[in-house]
Amino acid sequence: MRRVAVVGAGLTRFMRRAQESGTELSWLAASQALASCGLGLKDVDSVAIGSAPDAFDGVHMKGEYLTPGAGGWGRPVTRPYAGGGTGVLMPIHAWHHVASGLFDVCLVVAEEKMSTCHPHPQGAFVTIFDNFLERPLEPNLIWIFALEMQRYMQTYGITKEEIALVSVKNKRNALDHPSAQVAEEITVKDVMESEVMVSPVNRLDVSPVSDGAAAIVIAAEDVARRLTDKPVWLDGVGWNLDTAYWTNRDLAFPAYVERAARMAYKMAGITEPRKQINIVEPYDPFSYKELHHLEGLLLADKGGAPKLTADGVTQRNGDMPVCPSGGLLGVGNPIAAAGLMKVAEIFWQLRGEAGRRQVPGQPKVGLAQAWGDLMQVGTVVVMRVD
Amino acid sequence: MPTKVAIVGVGHTTFRATSPGLSYKELMFEAATRAYADAGLDPRGEIDSFLTCSEDLAEGTSIFDEYVPDQIGGAERPVYTVGGDTIQGMATAYMQIASGIVGVVAVEAHSKASNLETPGALHAFALDPVFVRPLGFNAHALAGLEASMYLSSSGNSREQCAHVAAKNRRNALANPSAAHAAAVNPEDVLASPPAFEPLSDLDVSAPADGALVIVLATEERAKKLKRQPVWVRGIGWATVGGLTAADGASAAYARSAAEMAYRMAGIRDPRREIDFAEVDDTYSFKELQHLEALGLFGRGRAGPATAEGATARDGDLPVNVSGGSLGVGQLFEASGGQRVIEAVAQLRGEAGPRQLKKTKTGLAQSWRGVPTGTGAVVVLSRE
Repeated sequence: MRRVAVVGAGLTRFMRRAQESGTELSWLAASQALASCGLGLKDVDSVAIGSAPDAFDGVHMKGEYLTPGAGGWGRPVTRPYAGGGTGVLMPIHAWHHVASGLFDVCLVVAEEKMSTCHPHPQGAFVTIFDNFLERPLEPNLIWIFALEMQRYMQTYGITKEEIALVSVKNKRNALDHPSAQVAEEITVKDVMESEVMVSPVNRLDVSPVSDGAAAIVIAAEDVARRLTDKPVWLDGVGWNLDTAYWTNRDLAFPAYVERAARMAYKMAGITEPRKQINIVEPYDPFSYKELHHLEGLLLADKGGAPKLTADGVTQRNGDMPVCPSGGLLGVGNPIAAAGLMKVAEIFWQLRGEAGRRQVPGQPKVGLAQAWGDLMQVGTVVVMRVD
Repeated sequence: MPTKVAIVGVGHTTFRATSPGLSYKELMFEAATRAYADAGLDPRGEIDSFLTCSEDLAEGTSIFDEYVPDQIGGAERPVYTVGGDTIQGMATAYMQIASGIVGVVAVEAHSKASNLETPGALHAFALDPVFVRPLGFNAHALAGLEASMYLSSSGNSREQCAHVAAKNRRNALANPSAAHAAAVNPEDVLASPPAFEPLSDLDVSAPADGALVIVLATEERAKKLKRQPVWVRGIGWATVGGLTAADGASAAYARSAAEMAYRMAGIRDPRREIDFAEVDDTYSFKELQHLEALGLFGRGRAGPATAEGATARDGDLPVNVSGGSLGVGQLFEASGGQRVIEAVAQLRGEAGPRQLKKTKTGLAQSWRGVPTGTGAVVVLSRE
C-alpha cells in the first residue's frame, strides 16, 4: 500500500452568515491549503469536494457549483458524501486517489453555507427523514439527538452536569482558535440554565449553524517528503454505515463508529488505542457526542467517558487531549468543513504548529472522527508523524 | 502497470417511463439481488465496500446515503455516496480496489425520475444562483444554445443530429429494457414539435426509472468467480467548462476523461482499437459532440459518418446499440451505468438481438447533464 500524507491545510473563519458565496469560501480555504505547502493549482492532479446537504446552499449538484472555487476545473473531480461524516470521509476518499497510484497530489476541499437556508437551516433537516414513516411527524435533529442523549444518559446513569463539562472545555479551548465562531468562557451552570431546546438538550449543549470551508492537500510519499520534513501520514482509514432504521438500534452506543475505528486501527497497526493514540478530535455537534464517540472509538469504557472528562484527562494538558481545537461546540459547525477542520487540527498538532492550542508532549499519533446521517455513519482517520 | 480490476457482476431492473408500484428502495433491491446472483457473491460476507451514485435533490431526500445500505446488502458496512454518475462511482471503486484496502466493491445507481413533479425546477436549482438562475432559463434551452454553438463551430448539421435520434430510438426496439423505443426515421425527428431551438422533441431524451448495480473486484477475486471477468482497462473523469465553457462547445470534459482512460488502457488509436461505444446522447447532438471529443471521429466528421451509417449496428463503429438515453430513457446518474451494462453484455456475448460480432474492447461514456461540464469514460475489454 502506497504511503499517503497530509502536507498542507487551510481554514476560513467559521461564521453564522458569510458574505462570501460557497465558491468563494472554497477558494479561500483551497488557496490557503496550497500556499501552506508551497504548491500551485498546476501541481494538483485531482480534487475531492465535500459538502453536506445541497438543501443548505440551495444548489442542486453542489459539487459542480463549488468546483471552480475548489480548483477543480480541468481536473478529475468527485464529491464523496456521507452527511455529517463527510468531513473525515474526505481524507479517506482522497487517500484512495493517491494510494491507488492514479494520482500523486489530491486537493481536498470541504465547504458548507448553511445561512442561505431560510428561515432557519434546521428546517432543511426535515428532508433527511423517511418520506412515509417519519416526515409526517416533522422531526428535526435536535429532537432525535435528544432521544439519543437521553438513551445514553439513562443506560449509563450519566447526568447532564457531567455532559455539560464537554461544552465548557471545548468552548474554552476554542478561545485559542482564530476561526472560532462561538468560543467563550462558560460554566456548567450556564449550560444547565441555557434555554431548553428539546429536553435534555439545552442551547449550550449544541453547536451553532455555520458557514465556512476547510481544505487539505494530500500527497504520495515521495512528493510529501520533497514538500515537507514533517509529512503527517494517513496511516489508518475506516468508514462504516449502519442501517437506516435507527428506531431499531440501541442508541446508547455507536456501533458503526466502533466498526470504522477498528478498520482504521487495523490498517494503522494500532492494537491498544488508549495507549497509542495521543490526541483525539471526535465529532462534537452536541456535548454528549464527544463522550459517545470516545466510547465508540474504544478510547473509553462504555459509559466511562464522562469520568475521563471530569478527571481532566481530556484537557489539552491531560493524558489524552480531546478536541483541543475547541471542536464544533467552540469553533462552529459548517458540517463538512467542521469534520475537515478536525483533520486540519490533528495535522497542525502533530507538526507542533497549533500555536496557543498546541498540546504538550509532542504527540505523534492523532485521530479524527466524524459522524452523521441518521445517527448512522462513522468515518475515522489515524494520522501519524515519524 | 495499472492495477487489474474487473467487473464480475451486473444486475438491473428494466427501464420504464414510470414505476408506480415500486419505491426506489425496491428497484435498488432488485438490481442488487440480480447483480449478486450474477457474480455469485453474498454481499453480507463477500463484498467489502458499497457506493451509491446519487444527488439529494433528484431523490427528494437529503443525505440520501442514509437510505441506501439496507436494500443493497450494505448495512453495517463501508458505504458512501459519490455525488456523480455511475462511471465516477466506478472510478472510486477502482481506486479503492487499486489502493489495496478492499477486494470487492458494489456500485449502485438508479433513477426514479417519475417521482419528480417539477423536473424543470430541479434543473434550475443546478444553475448558479447569483449569475444564471435569475435569467429564468430552462435546462433544455441551455442545451439548445450549446447545440447551436456546436453545430456552427463543428460544421455538423441539424439533420445529422436527427439521424442520431432515429438510430438510437430504433436500436432500442431490440432492447427489452428500453422505455422509449420507437420506429422513427430522421424525417419524423425533424417534424416532431420544436423543443428548444434547434432541437425538436425527439432530439431530447425523456426520463425513465430503473436501477442497476455493478460489482467490481481484484484480478485475484475475479478469477475465482464463475462469470468471465470484464476488465476495466482504463477509466477517466473530468470537469472542464460547463455553461460558460470557452471550448467551442467541444465537450472538453469528454476529451480529458478519454485521455486519462486511453493512457491507462494503452490505447493510441481509439478508432481502431475500440470496437463499439456507448456514449451519452441526452440530446441528439451530444452523441456527435462526444464521439469527436473521444477521438473516434475528427471534428465535423461524426455527423456525416452517422448519416452514412458508420455508427449503425452493422456499421464500422456501432454507437449506442442499446438505444442510448434517447431510446432507453434518461436515467440521471444511472445513465452512464446503463451504458456500462450494455458494454458488459456485448463483451460477454449476451446481448441477444443486439449482439455485435466484433466485441473485444468497448467504451462507455457519461455526461452529468446541463449545466455541468462533467463526464467520465471507461474502457472495458474481454481480456
